[in-house]
Amino acid sequence: MKEHEHIRLPQGSIEKTTTTLNLGPTHPATHGVFQNILELDGERIVSAEQTIGYIHRAFEKLAERRPLYQVTPLTDRLNYCSSPINNMGWHLTCEKLLNIKTPKRVDYLRVIIMELARIADHLICNSIVGVDAGAYTGFLYVMQYRELIYEIWEEVCGSRLTTTIGRIGGFERNFNDIAFQKLEKFLKEYPNVLKEFINLFERNRIFIDRTQNTGGISAERALNYGFTGPNLRATGIDYDVRVHTPYSSYQDFDFKIPVGTTGDNYDRWQVRNEEMWQSLSIIEQAYRKVQEFKGAGADVFHADAPEYYLPEKEDVYTKMEALIYHFKIVMGEINIPVGEVYHSVEAGNGELGFYLISDGGRTPYRLHFRRPCFIYYQAFEELTKGGMMSDAIMTMSSLNLIAGEMDA
Amino acid sequence: MSLTIEIVKQKLKSKFAEQVSAFTEPYGMLTFEAPKEINLKVLNFLFDDEELNFRFLTDLQAVHYPDQKGRELVVVYHLHNLKDNLRIRFKVFTDINTPDVYTATGLFSAANWMERETYDFYGVNFVGHPNLKRILNVEEMDYFPMRKEFPLEDQTRIDKDDEMFGRG
Amino acid sequence: MSRPVSYNVNIKPLETDISMADMPEGLKGEGFFATSMDKVVGLARKNSIWPLPFATSCCGIEFMATMGSHYDLARFGSERVGFSPRQCDLLMVMGTIAKKMGPVVKQVYLQMAEPRWVIAVGACACSGGIFDTYSVLQGIDQVVPVDVYVPGCPPRPEAILDGFMRIQDLVGKESLRRRNGEKYRQLLESYGIQ
Repeated sequence: MKEHEHIRLPQGSIEKTTTTLNLGPTHPATHGVFQNILELDGERIVSAEQTIGYIHRAFEKLAERRPLYQVTPLTDRLNYCSSPINNMGWHLTCEKLLNIKTPKRVDYLRVIIMELARIADHLICNSIVGVDAGAYTGFLYVMQYRELIYEIWEEVCGSRLTTTIGRIGGFERNFNDIAFQKLEKFLKEYPNVLKEFINLFERNRIFIDRTQNTGGISAERALNYGFTGPNLRATGIDYDVRVHTPYSSYQDFDFKIPVGTTGDNYDRWQVRNEEMWQSLSIIEQAYRKVQEFKGAGADVFHADAPEYYLPEKEDVYTKMEALIYHFKIVMGEINIPVGEVYHSVEAGNGELGFYLISDGGRTPYRLHFRRPCFIYYQAFEELTKGGMMSDAIMTMSSLNLIAGEMDA
Repeated sequence: MSLTIEIVKQKLKSKFAEQVSAFTEPYGMLTFEAPKEINLKVLNFLFDDEELNFRFLTDLQAVHYPDQKGRELVVVYHLHNLKDNLRIRFKVFTDINTPDVYTATGLFSAANWMERETYDFYGVNFVGHPNLKRILNVEEMDYFPMRKEFPLEDQTRIDKDDEMFGRG
Repeated sequence: MSRPVSYNVNIKPLETDISMADMPEGLKGEGFFATSMDKVVGLARKNSIWPLPFATSCCGIEFMATMGSHYDLARFGSERVGFSPRQCDLLMVMGTIAKKMGPVVKQVYLQMAEPRWVIAVGACACSGGIFDTYSVLQGIDQVVPVDVYVPGCPPRPEAILDGFMRIQDLVGKESLRRRNGEKYRQLLESYGIQ
């Protein structure tokens, strides 16, 4: 193929007064692969055209081939910075379809894991905003605490990043003492680190100049574009799926929803910081609630649904019913009711929805992921038009665009 | 008085009479369908009415049922009323040979890319869309991959043996 | 009931404070050291590789963890990761490469100057990974020649460092005439690169 054929130039590019700049799929500022073709008048952006699909992996078609529990590794790879939230969301969708109710202890443990994932996601986003503004130190400080979160996840499920944590109905194993020790260490050491990280940037003249009044959007336009999550809350609307349609016993916790005012990059950064503080408080409350379960109650880590929950290996090797259920579940011969269900969770970027249509067969008939990154990246042109190119870079990083979630 | 599913049903029936049909409530979410010619009228009614107020488009996608002749492709809209916290699902059936549906981008800017994705995967032609071209797949692709007749794997790959996967 | 986990909590004591690279074989004397040119060039090159992180998806986040202070990549000489192919030696492809992205990988590879090496990190870059679909390139060795493959989904940072050390071995032992030879030219021709 000709050398530059993959770079698409807009129409009518013979007599122009503007420069075309290809912020191409590979660029240090784009965290993931998506392309922006900017038309610049000097430094001002006149228009921007987005191209995505450079990491389209056909998740929805893949899911039609896989039984319910085999879809969990696919959901990991949507927003891979906070994969436990995606996994739990998928398991909650399946539990809604199969009418399984999880016990309270399972709900509280799930809340701990999901809020840790939210902290991990916001840590990456905020520190990369700093890196794009030129300050690399904040990133190195917080990656250390991301390693501690990885250790907690590793203790429960065995892997660090793409966790595939949990089962339909609960967890695959109970949290052991080492996991709780690591959680206590995290709760003790992390607040100081977060305070130090925020101090580096919050009142820094250069950071404020680069992020305030850039990439702003009004609340009505944000709602029309389908924004959810921290990007919507930065414009002033307090829509949070955890409060509106509580799942996994979030109604038992006491937390606030931070909102911003103007929806610009600085507000998004601050909303994410404040959400990290709220997540810390939720984890502390959940940890205290979990410790109240004593004796036999402390051994509960999954719902009583033997037809859908893979039994533990000790039982499979010794009891007949467990062996039969294990065989049926692995072969996919379980009874999935016919129906369609839509369930959403509050992921790191917004409302992550799962629309599952089942026709009673082994695998879903149709599974669609409502991915927040895909939906709000459409608004990028409106966010950056008239601004300068360096503001476009800051907008791209403060929106927390994860390419795996955009293209799915 | 907050909005309930009964109020929504009554309002839709009184405005559109026989054209809205198939009211079901799977797992607590009201689902109904309407012919594709009036999909914009229904969406506008749901948006503008002061009591209904469904101003947030959560999701837009399509499903392919190859066995229902004449109604193979379904475009599904998920709408959300943020004030009263109510969600509904609205389905529009269309034929696979003339899959033309009116676009919702005039009403919801969020529908822009969601309709491009639906076109890319199923071939639904959204009439009036500003920029209907493929978004996730390569531009030169000439078929619509999510339709049930097309396989998942790339048939020209030589390094993986289909026999070993039980698909030989 | 899960079985109890045992941890390796015995910290290995440090043998020496500073570890230095081994000296190549050569003739030593009073105030001089004579060895062959390719050994010296290999030693210099392998301890100062400038990588280009071509991070597309989840493996990119594990690369960020590798670059962090816990599993430092900078101690191997890659303090400066560059994003311009004209200035880098090692193309680290991390993550799934879709068919839409294939020409871009090839373009970036063509823009690199000789000598150049390629490391495929992660199952998706090695062979397509779990995504055996119509839109994913089944391994980047369909478009560029690869030197080291690091499997894993995602590979642990220790595995990425191990792959990096294998690249260092390759770089240190490479003959200075390899890039102009017949075999290398035939390898590139099989990929359609002149």
